[in-house]
Amino acid sequence: MLWNALLLALREIRRNLMRSALTMLGIVIGVASVIVMVNLGSGATAQVGEQISSLGSNLLMVRTGQRLGFGQRSEAELFDIDDADAIDREVGGIAAVAPGASQPMTAIYGNRNWSTTVTGSDNNYFPVGNWTLAKGREFSPSELRAGAAVCILGEGVRKELFGSQEALGEKLRLNKLSCQVIGLLEAKGQSAGGRDQDDLVVIPLRTFWRRVAGNQDVQMIYVSAREGASTSKVQRDIELLMRERRRIAANEDDDFNVRDMKEIAEALTGTTRVLTTLLGAVAAVSLLVGGIGIMNIMLVSVTERTREIGFRLAIGALEREVLLQFLVEAVVLSSFGGLLGILLAVATTYGLAALMGMPALLDAGIMLLAFLFSAAVGVIFGFFPARKAARQDPIEALRYE
Amino acid sequence: MSAQPATSAAPLISLRDVTKVYGQGQAAMHALRGIDLDIEPGAFVAMMGPSGSGKSTCMNILGCLDTPTAGSYRFEGVEVGTLSRNQRALLRRNYIGFVFQGFNLLARTSALENVELPLIYRGIPLARRHARARAALAAVGLSGWESHSSSELSGGQQQRVAIARALVTEPAVLLADEPTGNLDTARSLEIMELLARFNSEQGITIVMVTHEAEMAAFARQVVHFLDGHVDGAQSGGTG
Repeated sequence: MLWNALLLALREIRRNLMRSALTMLGIVIGVASVIVMVNLGSGATAQVGEQISSLGSNLLMVRTGQRLGFGQRSEAELFDIDDADAIDREVGGIAAVAPGASQPMTAIYGNRNWSTTVTGSDNNYFPVGNWTLAKGREFSPSELRAGAAVCILGEGVRKELFGSQEALGEKLRLNKLSCQVIGLLEAKGQSAGGRDQDDLVVIPLRTFWRRVAGNQDVQMIYVSAREGASTSKVQRDIELLMRERRRIAANEDDDFNVRDMKEIAEALTGTTRVLTTLLGAVAAVSLLVGGIGIMNIMLVSVTERTREIGFRLAIGALEREVLLQFLVEAVVLSSFGGLLGILLAVATTYGLAALMGMPALLDAGIMLLAFLFSAAVGVIFGFFPARKAARQDPIEALRYE
Repeated sequence: MSAQPATSAAPLISLRDVTKVYGQGQAAMHALRGIDLDIEPGAFVAMMGPSGSGKSTCMNILGCLDTPTAGSYRFEGVEVGTLSRNQRALLRRNYIGFVFQGFNLLARTSALENVELPLIYRGIPLARRHARARAALAAVGLSGWESHSSSELSGGQQQRVAIARALVTEPAVLLADEPTGNLDTARSLEIMELLARFNSEQGITIVMVTHEAEMAAFARQVVHFLDGHVDGAQSGGTG
């Protein structure tokens, strides 16, 4: 009986190909928009997570000043190198500590120049910040001690200044400081905030002090916690140590802050997840509208085919057979629309992801869910018109003009 | 349908004092006022009468599309009046073929698919369904027209498709409600000849409503309706 209903329903769809296609369109768009929203949302979540972990997942950043809001800090006395040494010595659960000081500068090579950020640090900067060398070498102990004029370039700076040329061994100028390129860093890509992480030049801290800043300040201390160590405990220990070293009284607030990148990562991925849910819910409304479209068309179709239904009933179609035929018709339309919607969603996801520079993630769960929902839409919104068709009086229906 | 045919001597259709009343009280409309009618297997009956005389109501009752208000309708010995809606549908499916004035072919559907439609409801498998539908189309002289849709067929051809569709199930009786009402005289005569031939050659029982005496002349028995009564039966023109 189901097989017969399917046969009759398919013939009906074939008879009204144009109308069937237009009916399906509502479901196609509904399903596709739900899936695309969720796919892009999980792509964004994954991207944020990836970018944060590229910063170094166990990274803690110690800076002076109180955080006032996004990107704003109060003024406070800067750290010095002893603070970094103290953290390394006295706080447990630490893998590496890198003191850093940085300043925006213009890098010049030949007739090209590029505004970038120059950071003075030591070799710990690389493991702590999750950087790996693509080419060349790190700073040698003597270069660090002597403050030699050497530098290691991020991929962004290398590309801008050297293009396809070999950078290693060349000399570039940072304002008046001429320094030799001894290493090149592996590319990381954009940060969660949309900043190019590869836009940096690293030089030895002593070189920075002597030839760039003219002081011995440490603006920032990067700390990476050991694998398995609790970053919040490390954070607390650093805070206690720094309060002591900076002689902050018990009733005073910190004039520095320690930021745990993992915390930021969790907050950011949480936000994108909420947004994904919200977008998916909005898209689900369009799926519902698509379902109502199916009901609308099916009702019109029942009225239009009144005589035909009367005839079917007259030649001995049972009420439930007519009901099933119309129901199957609605379900075939909606679930086929659902399938097309999935295909459209996959294509759109890849297209948009490429356009927005995001990873294209296909969420199989939401695709299955959207498909089942579209089939359910067919059952729910097809039932009322189908029942209307099946309950007609054949004599009345045959007389219908 | 578990209805077993009674003895072959019994009439195929037997109406006894059948009345049909639409509405109630003051507004009651008496369409049939006590009708007795027997139709033997192999008969060719024409029902005639003016509009509102009750012939269409009688046809609907014969076709199990409607039930009598009172009286008895026995089809092959089975009382129809007490059957449920579903049981009557099954009786129509298995024993009755319908031909209508308006053809009622499915639009944008080939002649073959139209003819095989009743067989789909009977659950006949594809190969047998197609063979029987082709044979039925051939019997009405439409070999080679199987794949044409109804809009590509003339009125006479459409009615022949409808006849093929009614006969493809080999029903016990063919009910034709003004089968020539939408056709010109030449096409009407063709259709009547076709029906008469099915009746005489294959012994198919036919009950037909018409108000054209020319068409009723093809039947072997004519029943006249007037004001809800059967006015009397008489032999038709052809033997």
